Amino acid sequence: MNNLLRENWWKALAVILVFYTIIAGFLSAVPRLPILHETIRNLYFHVTMWFGMMLLMIVNLVYGVRYLSGSSIKDDIYAEESARTAMFFGVAGLITGMIWANYTWGAPWVNDPQLNGAAGTMLAYSAYFILRNAVADEHRRAKLAAIYSIFAFVMMIVFIQVLPKLTDSLHPGQGGNPGFNTYDLDSTMRWVFYPAVIGWALFGTWIMNLRIRLRLLSINKEQ
Amino acid sequence: MFKKVISLIKKEFLLEIRHQSGIGGVLVYSLSSIYICYLVFRQFVDVPVWNALLWIIILFAATNAIARSFLSESKNKQLFYYTLLDPKAVIISKSIYNFLFLLVITAIIVSAFILFLGNPVQDFSMFSCGLILGVCAISNILTLVSALAAKAENNSALMAILGFPLIIPLLITVIRFSKNAIEGLDRAAYQPYFIILISLNVLVFALSFLLFPYLWRD
Repeated sequence: MNNLLRENWWKALAVILVFYTIIAGFLSAVPRLPILHETIRNLYFHVTMWFGMMLLMIVNLVYGVRYLSGSSIKDDIYAEESARTAMFFGVAGLITGMIWANYTWGAPWVNDPQLNGAAGTMLAYSAYFILRNAVADEHRRAKLAAIYSIFAFVMMIVFIQVLPKLTDSLHPGQGGNPGFNTYDLDSTMRWVFYPAVIGWALFGTWIMNLRIRLRLLSINKEQ
Repeated sequence: MFKKVISLIKKEFLLEIRHQSGIGGVLVYSLSSIYICYLVFRQFVDVPVWNALLWIIILFAATNAIARSFLSESKNKQLFYYTLLDPKAVIISKSIYNFLFLLVITAIIVSAFILFLGNPVQDFSMFSCGLILGVCAISNILTLVSALAAKAENNSALMAILGFPLIIPLLITVIRFSKNAIEGLDRAAYQPYFIILISLNVLVFALSFLLFPYLWRD
C-alpha cells in the first residue's frame, strides 16, 4: 500500500480518471449543438487520444535526442516503446474518429486537412518501424531510428499544426463549425475533458512503462 | 568551408559527366513515364490531373535520382571520405548538387510534359517559382533520407518508404501553390503557401545540417 502511494500513485490516478471519464462522459449533461448532438461526447474519447499520442511522440523525440547525445541502448528502448504506444493511441484516435465521422459527416473518411495529417503521421511512424526492422546492428538501428524520428516529428508538427490552419476543416471548432469555443458558456464539458486528457495520458504512460520494463527484463535475462 | 563545398560539388559534377548512366537513366525513366501519360490521356484533361501527374512524375524521378547520391558510394569509399572530409561540407555539397541536378531534370520533365500534354499554365513565373521551391525541399529531404537508407545496408526500397511520408506535407502545399499558378490567381492568394514553402525549406535544410554529422559518425 505504501508502495502504491509513494511510487505508483499516478497509476491509481490514471485508473480513477479513466473511470471518471467513462462514467461522467456518458452520463453528464452536454450542450445540444446542431449536427453534433450527443456525438459531442466523442470529445472525451477521440480528441484525448490525439493528446496522448502527441505526448508520447514528444517522449519519443526526447529519447531520440538523448540517444544521439549519449548512445545508450536504454534510451533507444524508451524511444521505441514510446513510438509504439503512440502508434496505438493514433490508431485508437483514427478508429474513434472514423466511427464518429460516419454518423456526423456521413462517411468514415473525408478529404479534410486534419485527416490527411493523421494519415501522414501514421505513415511516417510506420516507416519508422520499418526502418528499425531493416537494420540488424543494435547501435546503428538506434541511431538511424533516432535521426528519422526527429525528422518525422518536425514534419508531423508542420502537418498537423500548421497545414490545417490554411484551409477550412470540417472538424468542430474550425471553419465556422460549432466547436469547443462555444462550450465556453457551458463549462460542464471542461470538467470531464481536462481530467480525461490527463487520465488517458497517464494511461498511455503506464502502457509504455510496462513495455519498457518488459524489454529491460528480457535484455537482462539474455546477458 | 566554402572552398571545400565548392570542390565537393565539382567532384560530383565530374563523376556525373564521366558516368553518364546516372542522368541518362533518370531522363529515360521520366520521359517514358510522361509518354505513358500521353498514351493514356492523349490530350490535356483538366488542371488537377495535369498538376498531380506532373508532381508525381517529379517525385518519382527525384527519388530515383537522389537514391544514388549515397547508395552509389561503396563502403571503402565512404571510409576514405570519412578520414578526409567534414560532414557539414558533405551534406551541404550533396544538398546543393542534388538540388541543381534535380532542377535540370525538372526543367526537362516540365518541357516534355508541356509538349505532350498541353500547357494550361497561366502564370508561368509563379509556376516556376513553385517548382524551384518544391524541388529544393524535395531534394533536401531525399538527400538525408538517402544517407539514412545507405546506412541501413543499401536497401534502396527503404528510400521511398522513408521519404514519401516526410514529403507529403510539402507535396500538398506545393500542389496547391502550383494549382493557383496554373489557374492564374491573384498574387495575394499565394502568400500563405509561399511562407510555408520557404519555412519548410529552411527547416529541412537546418534539420539535415544538424542531423547528418550523427549519421556520418559510424
